[in-house]
Amino acid sequence: MSELQPHLGLTAQPPQPLAVPVGQRGSRLNVQLIAGGILVGIVVMMAVISFVWTPFDPEHSVPADRLLSPNSAHWMGTDRYGRDVFSAVMVGSQITLLVGLITIGIAIVFGVPLGVIAGMAGGRLETFLLRVTDIMMAFPGLLLAIIFGAVFGGSTLTAMTAIGIAAIPAFARVARAGTLQVMSTDYILAARAANRSMFLIAMRHVLPNISGMLVVQASVNFAIAVLAEAGLSFLGLGTAPPTPSWGRMLQESQQFLGSDVHLAIFPGIAIAMAVLGFNLLGDGLRDRFDPKLQENR
Amino acid sequence: MTAPAHSERTLSVKGLTVRTPSTSLVNNISFYINRSERVGLIGESGSGKSLTALAIMGLLPEPLTASGMVTTADSINLLALPEKALAQRRGKSMSMVFQEPMTALNPLMKVGHQVAEIMQIHSTRTTRVGATERAVALLDDVGLPDPSVAAHAYPHQLSGGQRQRVMLAMALANDPALLICDEPTTALDVTVQRQVLDLMVELVRKRNTGMLFITHDLAVVASVCDRALVLNKGDIVEEGSIDEIFQRPQHPYTRGLLAASDLDARDENGRLFTVATAAGYRPSAWSDEPGSAREAGPVHSPAPKRETPPIVSITDLKKTYVRGRTSMFGPSVEVPALNGITLDIEAGQRLGIVGESGSGKSTLLKILSGLERPTEGHANVLGIDLRRARDRELGALRSQLQIVFQDPMASLDPRMRVADIVQEPLLNSANLQGGRRMDAQARQDAVAEMLESVGLHADDMKRFPHQFSGGQRQRISIARALVCRPRILVADEPVSALDVSVRAQVLNLLADLVDEYALTLLFVSHDLSVVRHLCDNVMVMRGGTVVESGTTWDIYENPQEEYTQRLIEATPTLRAEVGRGSRGVVAPAMSHGTN
Repeated sequence: MSELQPHLGLTAQPPQPLAVPVGQRGSRLNVQLIAGGILVGIVVMMAVISFVWTPFDPEHSVPADRLLSPNSAHWMGTDRYGRDVFSAVMVGSQITLLVGLITIGIAIVFGVPLGVIAGMAGGRLETFLLRVTDIMMAFPGLLLAIIFGAVFGGSTLTAMTAIGIAAIPAFARVARAGTLQVMSTDYILAARAANRSMFLIAMRHVLPNISGMLVVQASVNFAIAVLAEAGLSFLGLGTAPPTPSWGRMLQESQQFLGSDVHLAIFPGIAIAMAVLGFNLLGDGLRDRFDPKLQENR
Repeated sequence: MTAPAHSERTLSVKGLTVRTPSTSLVNNISFYINRSERVGLIGESGSGKSLTALAIMGLLPEPLTASGMVTTADSINLLALPEKALAQRRGKSMSMVFQEPMTALNPLMKVGHQVAEIMQIHSTRTTRVGATERAVALLDDVGLPDPSVAAHAYPHQLSGGQRQRVMLAMALANDPALLICDEPTTALDVTVQRQVLDLMVELVRKRNTGMLFITHDLAVVASVCDRALVLNKGDIVEEGSIDEIFQRPQHPYTRGLLAASDLDARDENGRLFTVATAAGYRPSAWSDEPGSAREAGPVHSPAPKRETPPIVSITDLKKTYVRGRTSMFGPSVEVPALNGITLDIEAGQRLGIVGESGSGKSTLLKILSGLERPTEGHANVLGIDLRRARDRELGALRSQLQIVFQDPMASLDPRMRVADIVQEPLLNSANLQGGRRMDAQARQDAVAEMLESVGLHADDMKRFPHQFSGGQRQRISIARALVCRPRILVADEPVSALDVSVRAQVLNLLADLVDEYALTLLFVSHDLSVVRHLCDNVMVMRGGTVVESGTTWDIYENPQEEYTQRLIEATPTLRAEVGRGSRGVVAPAMSHGTN
């Protein structure tokens, strides 16, 4: 074994259990988890509250109050139809969460089994599955969404489905890479020597050990999904107006960037918060569930 | 050629401390190396020996800092030098050879060029032609066959031993006053290790280079060095000449290490010495005839011949791996791993399988455990034909045959708790208890009982593998193998990843459990002394074939084949090395081997 990392602290002889060196990593892990949790918590709270209460009706136009700057009544100002931006941001979080979670759900449910099966089976099945994901990868996600929109009509549902399908190859690839790595370890040999079935090896050994990579991939894809939904809404293929969506609010603000910056800033902050929140939460969760990074109990 | 040595001291270290921001890893150590002196730095993993070397070279990784005085012949404190000045010394007045020659060489550069580069960087050879010529001469010095051709080879085209020779050529290219070797032969096969060690000693002697030789292997230190330092948890606990350290160790830790390394010695119970029982250990037996010291021999008598059929029976077994095509239209490459093995194992036998890397010993184990299928031949384990066995039969095989792997960290799932790891074999549906499958409570009890018998506690069940030390992890691995009460235990290098002091404990444990559970043991190792200690029969493998097999005594005392003799001669054992008296004698037959 390499002797080059002795400072990581595992001497071999003491009969008593070793204290696990946690170090700086330990404190940062909690910070990530807490910060991510707070940011995601805010987004979730906004979504939940918006079902029962918003300061104004986000879809109700008041022509007299057009393009107001943020003030005591309208905390984030109003848009060109006089609708309250804060109410729209609150209601928009529903769409954001829905889009993010559903697309990642689709991608994980289909992509991870594909990747794990490819990685465990090897041979021709693996080659076949990989070529299938290659073909899927050849279609840009937005193109797929446009095709879907043209065929089924633009809606939040078609946008989500298309973005989710487009994300399947990424998850399949990551899952396969991780599976190959896990399958080459001695503990898989040991599990086979214990006569565990391939299905149980996948469930008990492979999935827990690749979950960290998947969480990271999921948090990256969440951000991609939120931004893709914004783009699609702008093209009229996503959430149809007047239902508020952060993406479309951002797009609509473009023509007022010179005069009314608040129209761009607040949905922008909301998107950034959600994306950052889910990324931090993803990293924090990954570390939290890695037994090596936990403190001794 | 050598930098003029104003003083006799090639290296002088005073009060060297290596720290992380929070703790100290090397505590205020002092030592020196005289001109053309070879000093061994002995320590187990985590003792700080590699950190000491890196601190001297100024190569400590980021959060670590060094303080103290490190001076070479020109009495400048290296620790105070800026990086640029240090870089000018590295590779010129001091150089280092690392453990793993594959990763230490640039895979995309021809080795001759890598050697020449060292000289050009330091302007000791200014022209490219001059540097290349000298590089070829150096490759010749380190015993590469056909050096001018070898200079044009890439690292992957050379064997492990040859790569380490190239590393040595690079390290010596500028005739440094100090050569630091960090476990330079640990990754090599024994016969190659012997050649490389002899070569190192020869070259260093010729050049009057001071050498700091870092290793965990006491026998190697005894064969290479003049003087040794023993490092334990960042402190030098003992220092002295090889004879002093090995014959009259003063510090209990040194004594413990020696006792645990000496596989020929037995305590009053006929077991190996461990650090705990080292007090009764007397190193004075060195001078004895090796034969007489070994009369205590294997503590167990060979299994009596019985009329029962063998439990493992192999005839003309072959295994060929098909490597993927390298070009689109070319044929796939067939790599033979086993070339016709014939072998019978009686119940209760302890068979050691020895061989160097690539000999096929691991492949043989995988086939016997039903993890790989043989390509040709007949293999029968416990009445199950491994070539045709169906899944259910393999299940039955696996309830009777279990494996202990080499690397205890890699063979335990880091995401599982010890209880789940150890009870995994019990979930095999072929494992019945009183005709029924075990329920969860029965499994828990079995795990707890097994953990106790390998020297762990039932409380350990809730913990994860990384919370244990290396030796404890190997105990978990052994517990997992034995929890379903198999009849055959297959051990694949189970102690080669362990520190010396732990190795003896694990070997004792294995020997006890094999007796207690009346196991048939298949023990694979590259280390002949370990096999000699544990097994009653030995099979020597090379290149997928059996070179020789017989009882342990016959093979070790009276080897018939030339290869077996070479293996035994090349294996460094404490007794032989210390008994050799004048160290570093180059055996002429060994110095020009190439492998």
